[in-house]
Amino acid sequence: MTAIASEFSSSHRIPGWLPPVLLLGVAYLIVPFIGTSYLFEAILLPFLALSLAGVGLNILTGYAGQVSLGSAAFLAVGAFAAYNFNLRVEGLPLIGSIILAGLAAAAIGIVFGLPSLRLKGFYLAVSTLAAQFFVQWALTKFSWFSNDSASGVIDAPALSIAGIAFNGAVGRYLFSLTVVTLLTFLAYRLVSSQSGRNFIAVRDNETAARIIGVPVLKTKLLAFAISSFIIGVAGVLWAFAYLRTVEPAGFNLDRSFQILFIIIIGGLASIRGAFFGAALLVILPLALSRLGSFLLGDVFNSGVLDMSQRIVLGALIILFLILEPDGLVSLWDRIRKRSAAVFGRM
Amino acid sequence: MHSINYLHEGPATVAFREPVAAPEIELLRQVQPQQQADTILGLEGISLSFGGVVALHDIDLTVRSGEIRAIIGPNGAGKSSLINIISGVYRPDRGQVRIGANRFARVPTQKLAHLGIARTFQNLALFKGLSVIDNVISGRAYKVRSTFLAQVLGLGLSRREELDARERAGQILDFLDLTHVSDRLAGTLPYGLQKRVELARAMVAEPAILLLDEPMAGMTAPEKAEMSEFIRAANRQYGTTIILVEHDIGVVMGLSDHIAVLDYGRKIADGTPEEIRADQGVIDAYLGVAPENIDGGGI
Repeated sequence: MTAIASEFSSSHRIPGWLPPVLLLGVAYLIVPFIGTSYLFEAILLPFLALSLAGVGLNILTGYAGQVSLGSAAFLAVGAFAAYNFNLRVEGLPLIGSIILAGLAAAAIGIVFGLPSLRLKGFYLAVSTLAAQFFVQWALTKFSWFSNDSASGVIDAPALSIAGIAFNGAVGRYLFSLTVVTLLTFLAYRLVSSQSGRNFIAVRDNETAARIIGVPVLKTKLLAFAISSFIIGVAGVLWAFAYLRTVEPAGFNLDRSFQILFIIIIGGLASIRGAFFGAALLVILPLALSRLGSFLLGDVFNSGVLDMSQRIVLGALIILFLILEPDGLVSLWDRIRKRSAAVFGRM
Repeated sequence: MHSINYLHEGPATVAFREPVAAPEIELLRQVQPQQQADTILGLEGISLSFGGVVALHDIDLTVRSGEIRAIIGPNGAGKSSLINIISGVYRPDRGQVRIGANRFARVPTQKLAHLGIARTFQNLALFKGLSVIDNVISGRAYKVRSTFLAQVLGLGLSRREELDARERAGQILDFLDLTHVSDRLAGTLPYGLQKRVELARAMVAEPAILLLDEPMAGMTAPEKAEMSEFIRAANRQYGTTIILVEHDIGVVMGLSDHIAVLDYGRKIADGTPEEIRADQGVIDAYLGVAPENIDGGGI
């Protein structure tokens, strides 16, 4: 019975590359023309930056199994490094600043990844907190990083690549979309390569991985480096394309947890999962606030909103961990399979 | 080291389905010019204890190239410890492991695959999040030279490595009759099949020596018979030397060329199945204690 259904759906199966290409088509050709500025500023720009950060963390935590609570630190390193490269290196194009910022984040990632060679699981997670606190402290303490601005706030430069300026909300959206698309594609290639298999091997059974000749230490550090690179670039998008002005305090532990929740809810070890999770985490507060003020009116002020967000998010995470540990992605796949079976019968 | 590499690459050049040709066997012998001409692996005076508990006491063992070598003994006799010493997971307190022309106080685990040794585990050690074929491909990890950037960009060397690994993994899956599950996640397979996937992952590395730690533990009788056939076929067709730790005496007797018997960390007998069957010490220490356990059921 199920065999027949699966046979049917496989003969009519959509090729794997089609959905992302269609989605990109819509994102590039339709959304810029119909989207409102609210859609870009409040939803799509944070969604893209957080998705990319989720992709980065998923490589480290989802694929390579190294839990990190320091994602916001790498966002901050990326944002502040790009700001400084752009400010201090004469004639460096923006794209150069972004790549260098990613490399700076990767270097810091390797340093804070060193404990992973000895520590596992919970203990490693605690040690990555060091990155979180150290980076935030260093960026606040040394005003050189924010070009001696009294408040520590930095203003993003205008976005332009090869003479093309990405102005306004739509421009910044297209800029983010392009960066996210490119890095996501490379990340997808990575996780389906031998290095990606090595990540999963180290995650699933370190001893067996070592015995079959996987270079375990190198693999762990590579995961930290690549993950931090991607999160660093996400930090640039967060600062330059979304917020435009950032301060170190914006990259606190809450942000790290937010990115961790994105990959837990979206689906660990899944590139798509980061996008699912980020969509939920961006839309949830907006939806809650709309719903709250609609149902409760003035009683639903920002304090209540903040609290209700935390409660709903907490409940969601517990629900996902119990009912759907593989996240929204597996939920989505199940729905699709079931609907394919239903259509197959008709 | 180099000679060993050469040695275990020998079978690789042979077509997969064909039995190993005689010249390859000759080759294996030529690279071992020492006094024990065809010894591929040797343990010399190995002792190991955990805290005050002696796990192994002064064990000597030689394994000839191309044979199936079994190590048997009741629970806690030190069989798995021995496998873990050969694969470098444990470091012996005393003694040396000789692999080809190399002697080690502790076998370097990271280089094990390069030394021509692959192993399976008593408790499954598959990568549950990878498909069966990817598990088997990962058995070629030690061969990979390309960097992650080359792999991401799909450059020449990485592409060749990937194709080569995929092809060899496909052949091994075919050999072990696993092709029908090659796209399943390894963790979703029944136990017996997972054991076989682990064998495939070890075999795809084309080792000179295959260490099997209780390959039939927890299997049903038909599964055991099937596994025995695969082990024998791996030995015959690829010329792989097999070192096998097992509970099930019946299976071992039919499969092995030589058997060593351990009891309380000491080697109490070593010889052909016939010799072991006739050895009074073994009968007393192992077989004779509980006749109803001869099939290995309760031991």
